[in-house]
Amino acid sequence: MNILQQISDQIDLGDDEKVYELTTTAIEQKIPVKQILDEGLLQGMNIVGRKFKEHEIFLPEVLMAAKAMNAGMELVKPLLLSGNVPMKARVVIGTVRGDLHDIGKNLVGVMLKGAGFEIIDLGNDVTPERFIETAKAEGAQFIGMSALLTTTMPVMKEVVDRIRSENLEDKIRTLIGGAAVSKGYAEEIGATAYCYDGSNAIDYLNSVI
Amino acid sequence: MGIRPVIYFLENNLIEKILSEARDLLCKLGITLHNREVLELLSGYGATIDQDKYHVLFTNDIIDKALGSTPASFKLYDVLGNETHDFSGTNSYFTPGSAAINILDNRTNEIRKPNTADYIHFSKLMSGLKYIASTSTAFIPADVPGKISDSYRLYLSLLYCEKPVVTGAFTIEGFEIMKDLQLAIRGTKEALVAKPLTIFSCCPTSPLKFSDVTSQNVVDCARFGIPVEFISMPLSGFMAPVTLVGSLIQHTAETISGIVISQLTNPGTPVLYGGSPAIFDMRYETTPMGAIETMMIDCAYNEIGKFLNIPTQAYISLSDAKSLDAQAGLESSMGATLAVLSGINNISGPGMLDFESCQSLQKLVLDNEICGMTLRMARGIEPKEDFPSIPLFQELLKEKHLLISKHTRKYIREEHYFPGRIINRANLSRWKEEGELSLTARANQEIERLLKEYQPSRLPEDSIKELTRRMEDEARLHGMDKLPG
Ligand code: B1M
Repeated sequence: MNILQQISDQIDLGDDEKVYELTTTAIEQKIPVKQILDEGLLQGMNIVGRKFKEHEIFLPEVLMAAKAMNAGMELVKPLLLSGNVPMKARVVIGTVRGDLHDIGKNLVGVMLKGAGFEIIDLGNDVTPERFIETAKAEGAQFIGMSALLTTTMPVMKEVVDRIRSENLEDKIRTLIGGAAVSKGYAEEIGATAYCYDGSNAIDYLNSVI
Repeated sequence: MGIRPVIYFLENNLIEKILSEARDLLCKLGITLHNREVLELLSGYGATIDQDKYHVLFTNDIIDKALGSTPASFKLYDVLGNETHDFSGTNSYFTPGSAAINILDNRTNEIRKPNTADYIHFSKLMSGLKYIASTSTAFIPADVPGKISDSYRLYLSLLYCEKPVVTGAFTIEGFEIMKDLQLAIRGTKEALVAKPLTIFSCCPTSPLKFSDVTSQNVVDCARFGIPVEFISMPLSGFMAPVTLVGSLIQHTAETISGIVISQLTNPGTPVLYGGSPAIFDMRYETTPMGAIETMMIDCAYNEIGKFLNIPTQAYISLSDAKSLDAQAGLESSMGATLAVLSGINNISGPGMLDFESCQSLQKLVLDNEICGMTLRMARGIEPKEDFPSIPLFQELLKEKHLLISKHTRKYIREEHYFPGRIINRANLSRWKEEGELSLTARANQEIERLLKEYQPSRLPEDSIKELTRRMEDEARLHGMDKLPG
């Protein structure tokens, strides 16, 4: 069986050691890193994502697969960077100022990371300045914000407004999620997108990058 | 007297094991507690504190001391000072699910952000709903500044409904005005302590953590003798062990740590051994309140609370459905039935849909019937002039019916629960002739009727003025010159 196919299969099975070994072999065989990433590692996660949506597997299996994918990613990442091959995308995430609900945000972070995105997690109670300054400093293309309280959702608008006033709209896009917000709210404040859960955030990001 | 039916999920030796594990967690692993004042307090009683890491290791002595001073019961009183609740034994009371983000608009069927007008409707309805003994600050009116949204909903509740209120502050600062509003009604701190008017929900952060806000709210409530319900929320399989016993150990440790903070601040402060745990649904990434295992955890920790001789609370009898459908009915009634059969003292849930996110007035009037039915069930089966039975059967055989028998007329209203019109018991033809009304249509009719029959609160004019003055002052501080409506 093709080694990339094997990587994908082992991700599906959540075996991080095998993925590490196979990725090492693939690199030694001089398979282009971009191909290892797309046809091996990410392909595996795509299959896992589909199975999760169909309820064939549950979250623990997805996270095991993500762990396996990250084992391979560790080897591939330096090569991608040195070869100037772009990573999938860098996303700054956090729960907005005044809000301590971070369970959903953490889950989304883990899932995005598992899907091959680079995640910079600022934790909870994050000010608009910190979101934007971090995104600028780290060259992140996306800011993902979480809010679960009626009282904290307006902080998301502050972030969107600042991005607009600093003319950063083309560079930094905003994703919002959490029980307090909705698609309608994202439209109202001019956020780029609303994501109702982790898989939805992965789908959205995959569709735009 | 008949028996009060009660069900159990835990044997005493399992309760003891869970308690012993929870104590071990608190004394060996400890908890994170982001409040310097409380860390100092605990340190003063012999706990090991790491101020830099905000970490505390409890001792069994502290735990024993706190559990020893926790009241085994307490009462609540309405705005007029009448007793409404006696949280003791297996007395069960219902209160609406609180702090929803949205409401389901009963006219448009749309789920949207609520406003002041919705809140007033809710409070007026709550006045008329007989089987829901307290009201709650059920949702957040979105037409006032966020900073006063917690106090404003308490203000409206106290103004439009006489029942005591289950509530909570969103911030440390929020407590001050929410306490002042209660003082506006009771007059003095002593009067408030003597006749508690509200219960504050205070939520530990699973796993094993207390935020600055929650810690401070617990302390502030204790200082004013305001009852607190601890709402620990282990999420089984995600932020807590997947097994129900594992989740119970975590819940026990988190709840006991709250009790310690409250009792060391002011021994004897009334508390409810409460919670809102849930299993985590690994397919949808959600926290189902309607899951049977969620309800089993609720009933089981209630048994642990009772074992410790502390009255209990739970978020049970609510649903994850998004509309008033069969799922809403089945999850809510299953929860309410289990809760009452377990003797949970304060049962939070009526009206709530969508994982504690959405209040529905239609569901509230339906749930009022569910509450009525389950409370009837709690009264059990009690003999009433049933022995000897021969005379009554002689009467039946002679008259061919018992419709106008003295025995029937004497006991009919006590023995049979008569639901309102929302529960349809007409035969098919009559139901058709009366317009084939759906559940939601009947709920809307009931809402209209209750709003029409609403009687303004009998709160004295002076108290109303004082209440409003304090709320207006607070609103002004936050840039709102005039309160809505
Ligand atoms: C790319 O960017 C993205 C993309 C997608 C994103 C995203 C970002 N963020 C989220 N998503 C999406 O993907 C995730 C995975 O599927 C999802 O994330 P969620 O976070 O929605 O889902 C999680 C996986 C599971 N869900 C959760 O974790 C939230 C569950 C509920 C029950 C909840 C919890 C657990 C907690 N709470 Co709080 N809490 C509630 C919640 C009820 C509810 N209906 O949500 C809610 C939100 N809380 C509420 C309240 C009132 C409060 N809580 C408080 C505290 C807490 C706990 C600490 C106890 C705990 C949080 C622990 C923690 N570490 O996060 C207090 C506030 C503290 C603060 N300042 O933040 C306090 C004020 C209570 C008090 N008086 O102390 C209510 C909101 C009221 C309102 N109208 O604003 C509430 C609806 C419950 C209720 N009815 O009372 C999606 O939304």
